Amino acid sequence: MKYEAVIGLEVHAQMLTETKIFCGCSTKFGSEPNTQTCPICIGMPGVLPVLNKKALEFAIRTGLATNCKISNYSRFARKNYFYPDLPKGYQISQYELPICEHGFLEIVVDGEVKKIGITRIHMEEDAGKNIHEGGGNYSFVDLNRTGVPLMEIVSEPDIRSPKEAAEYMKKLRTILRYLGVCDGNMEQGSLRCDANVSIRPVGQKELGTRAEVKNINSFKFVEKALEYEIKRQIKVIEEGGKIIQETRLWDSDRGITESMRSKEEAHDYRYFPEPDLVPMTVEQKWIDEIKSSLPELPDVKRERFVAEFGLPEYDADLLTSEKSIANWFEGAVKAGGQAKAVSNWMMGELMKLLNEENKTFEECALKPAQLAEMLSLMDKGTISGKIAKTIFEEMYKTGKDADVIVKEKGLVQVSDEGAIEKAVDEIIAKNPKEVERYKSGDEKLLGFFVGQVMKAMKGKANPQILNEILKKKLS
Amino acid sequence: MDLYKLGISEAKKLLDKKEVSAQELLDSIYKRIDTVEDRVKAFITLPKEKAYAMAEASRQAIDAGKPSSLSGIPIAIKDNMCTKGIRTTCSSKILSNFIPPYESTVTSKLGAQGYILIGKTNLDEFAMGSSTENSGFFTTKNPWDLERIPGGSSGGSAAAVAADECIAALGSDTGGSIRQPASLCGVVGLKPTYGRVSRFGLVAFASSLDQIGTITKNVKDSAILMNIISGKDPFDSTSAPVAVPDFAKNLGQDIKGLKIGIPKEYFIRGMDKEIEKSARDAVKKLESLGAIPVEISLPHTEYAVATYYVLATSEASSNLARYDGVKYGFRAEGKDLMDMYMNTRAQGFGAEVKRRIMLGTFTLSSGYYDAYYKKGQQARTLIKQDFETAFNQVDVIATPTSPTAAFKAGEKSSDPLQMYLSDIFTISVNLAGIPGISIPCGFTSNNLPIGLQIIGKHFDEETILKVSYAYEQSTEWHKRKPNL
Repeated sequence: MKYEAVIGLEVHAQMLTETKIFCGCSTKFGSEPNTQTCPICIGMPGVLPVLNKKALEFAIRTGLATNCKISNYSRFARKNYFYPDLPKGYQISQYELPICEHGFLEIVVDGEVKKIGITRIHMEEDAGKNIHEGGGNYSFVDLNRTGVPLMEIVSEPDIRSPKEAAEYMKKLRTILRYLGVCDGNMEQGSLRCDANVSIRPVGQKELGTRAEVKNINSFKFVEKALEYEIKRQIKVIEEGGKIIQETRLWDSDRGITESMRSKEEAHDYRYFPEPDLVPMTVEQKWIDEIKSSLPELPDVKRERFVAEFGLPEYDADLLTSEKSIANWFEGAVKAGGQAKAVSNWMMGELMKLLNEENKTFEECALKPAQLAEMLSLMDKGTISGKIAKTIFEEMYKTGKDADVIVKEKGLVQVSDEGAIEKAVDEIIAKNPKEVERYKSGDEKLLGFFVGQVMKAMKGKANPQILNEILKKKLS
Repeated sequence: MDLYKLGISEAKKLLDKKEVSAQELLDSIYKRIDTVEDRVKAFITLPKEKAYAMAEASRQAIDAGKPSSLSGIPIAIKDNMCTKGIRTTCSSKILSNFIPPYESTVTSKLGAQGYILIGKTNLDEFAMGSSTENSGFFTTKNPWDLERIPGGSSGGSAAAVAADECIAALGSDTGGSIRQPASLCGVVGLKPTYGRVSRFGLVAFASSLDQIGTITKNVKDSAILMNIISGKDPFDSTSAPVAVPDFAKNLGQDIKGLKIGIPKEYFIRGMDKEIEKSARDAVKKLESLGAIPVEISLPHTEYAVATYYVLATSEASSNLARYDGVKYGFRAEGKDLMDMYMNTRAQGFGAEVKRRIMLGTFTLSSGYYDAYYKKGQQARTLIKQDFETAFNQVDVIATPTSPTAAFKAGEKSSDPLQMYLSDIFTISVNLAGIPGISIPCGFTSNNLPIGLQIIGKHFDEETILKVSYAYEQSTEWHKRKPNL
C-alpha cells in the first residue's frame, strides 16, 4: 500500500527584542548564568508582568508578512505546569484569542508552488534552562533565558513530505530574518521546530493518529527526523500495529525518534486567561503603520530581480535568500555594475571568500560600489578578466579600491599592439614545434600560445588584441 | 496625652508644629505595643531599628521645614506586601524566611511621603480566611474581646488600628478582607476600585480580585492615605490610567438628595437582629442628613459566594505554584525533584491554602473548566451587571458589612463553609471590581462593633468617602475604644 504523510509544524522563534517580554532584563545570549534576571522574571512573590510593546509589534509584523489576520482584541493566558526552569509554575502564553490567525506561506517544491496554511501565531515567554553538570545528585538552573519573548507559529497540517517541511522552514526562516524579528539560528535554539506527524493510505480522507516529534535542533535534521518518523509509522502499520498518540524525542546522534510520553501522561495545562495582564486592543491605525513599514519580502523581491534586472530564476533565488545579500547586489547595480556580472561575481568569488572566513554579507568589508568600479575598469579595458580575479581578492582582503590596486601593482592591461607583437614574436620563436603542429591543423594549440604570452606579460595583455595578433602571425 | 490614640491628621498637626517629635510619637506607639501586643498579637515582625531610622529621617525633614504628608506617621503594613530587606511572610511557613529584594509600589509611595513602617501585621495565610485563624504562626485577637477573632484576612492590621498599636494601616481585600475585619474591630476599612491602587509587590492570592486598601481610625485618614497610594503604576498593567481626585477635598459636603440603594437581598429573614437594626438605623441617620433611601435589587447576589470560590481558588492554584522550594522560601528534602516539590508544599502550606489550591486545580482542569471556571466568569458578569443596573438609580448602596459581629476563636474554623459565609456581603463588590467601605455603625449588646458597608460606582471612592464622613461626623461610634 502507498502512504502519504500529513505534517504540521509548530515553530518557536525567539524575538530579537533588546529586553525580555515582561520585564526590563537584557535578552543577550551567552552571558554568565543568572546575570540577566530580576525579581519579575524569576517569579518572586508579588511581582507583575508588563508587556514589552516591541514584542507585540514583532508578532504583528510576522503576522502581516505571513498573510495572517491580526486580532484587534487578543489576550494572554497561563499555561500551568511544574518544572524547575519555570519559576512561576506557569508560562504566560496565549490560548484563546492569539494575536495572529489564518495566514499562509507559499513554498516551491519540485517546481510547483504550494500554499501552507498558518493556523496561528501567538506570543509567549521562554523558560529557563536546567543544566546537568557536576555529576552530583542535583542540577543547576539558569534563568537568563526566562522571559525572552517567543512567537509560536503553528502551521496547518498541509505539509505532505519531509522536503516540503524543510522548504517551509527555510521560507519561514528567510521571512523572519527579513523582518528582523528573529535571527533564525536553530543550533543556538533561537528557532525551534516541533512536528506533528501522521500517515494514511493515499486517497484516504481521515487523518491517522499523530505523534509529536520534539527536539529537532538543527536545520539539517528537519528532513531526517521526519523521514525517520514516517518510515517508523509505516513499519508499525504494515506489521499490523497501531500508532499511539504520543510525544517523541528526536535523537540526532542515533538518527531516531524515541517515545517521551504518551497521551495518558500528557500534561493538563489548565489554561486560563492571565489576570495580571489586561487584554490587548490593537488599533487598526497601528497595524496599518506596521504594514507600511514592512520590508519588501523575499518572494516579491525575487520576482522583481527577474523582471527588473533580467536575472535567471536561479540567481534571483540565491540573491534574495537573505536581505543583506539582496541589498549588496542592489548596491552594486546602483553603483553602475551590470546586473548579471554583479550576480556572477557575488555568487562566485565573493561567496567563496566569505565562506572561507565563515562570514555573512553583513560582515563583508568589501563595498558594493567597489565591485561596480572594478567591473567598469574591465569594461573600459583597463584590466583584463584574468587580472580582475587577482584585484578582487586584493580588494576583499585590503578594502582598497580597484584603481588603487591596479596602480600599486602595475596591473594595467597592455593594449599596445607593438608590445604585444613583440612578446608574440618571442614566443613563436621559442616554440617552433608547436607552431608547426598548429599550422598543420592542431588549432587547439592557440590556447597554449595565449597562455605563454600572458605568462610572459604577467597576464596584462589585452586578450582580444593578443588573440588577433596571434592568429595573424600563425596563419 | 496618649499620642498613640491619634489619627493621621491629628498627629500630623502636632508633628508639623513640632509640638511632638517623630521619636516621641514612635516611643508612644512602641510603649502601647509593649503593653497590649501580648494579648492582641497583631504583628508578625516589628522592625524597631528601621522604624527609628525612619523617624529620624522624618525629624530632619520636619526640622528643615519640609515635612511630607506622612512624615513621622507610624503605619502598619499587612505582611503580604513586600518590604525591601524586611521579612515578608504572608503568614506562611513557606515564606517564613523570605526577605524581598524589592519594595511594593504602595510602600514605596508611603516611603516617599515619609511614613514610618511600624510593623508587618498578621493575616490568614496568603490572605485566605476571615479570622486570622489560618495564619501559619498565630491567631490575632479582637481588641474588643480577646476570646474573639478580629476578622480576616487583614485581621492583624484591623486589630492593630483598633488597639492603637499604630496610627493607620494598609490591608488587602480579595473578598472582604479589609472591610470585614474593619467591621469586626470597629474601625474604617476601604477597599478601592480594582485598578485604583497598584498591586505590584502585593503577594497575589486572586489577581483579578485582590486590591490594597486602607484601615484607619476615621474616614478622613482613609482619604489621606488614598491620595497617596492611588494611581496608575507602570509596573502593574491592571492599574487604571484614571485621574486621582483629592479624596479629602469633598469631605464635609452635605449629602442632600443623594440616593442610597438598599438591596433587599442583603436584608434577609433570619439575619442577626442586632446587625439588621444597626444597619437600618444607620440608613435612617443618613436619611435624616438628607439622603434618599431607595429599595433596589441585586438579583444574582445568591451566586456570589459560589462564584467567588470558583474564580478565586482557580487563580490561587496558579498564583501559588511558584512556591516550589526551587528558588526561595522554605524547601523540604526529597529523594528526587518530584518528592522535593511534594514535601515542600505539603509541609509549607497550611490546610486552608491546600484546600483552595486543590479546589482551583480541579476547577481549571480539562473537562471541568467549562462547568466551573467559565460558568463562574459568566456569573461574575451577571453580578457586575446587577450593580451597573442599580447604579443607574442610586449613587451608593448601603448594606451591613458582615452578617455577624466578631465570633469566638474556633467557632467556625472546623466548618469552612460557615467561615466562607462571613464574606457574604462583601464578596460581590470584589467580583464587580467596585469600591466599598466599612464604617462603625453600632455595637451589639455585648459591646462588639458592627459595621456599615457603603458601596460605590467604579472609581467613585469620592462619593462613598463623602457619605461615610457625613455619617461619621453625626455619630459617636468611631470614638469608642476597646478597653485593653
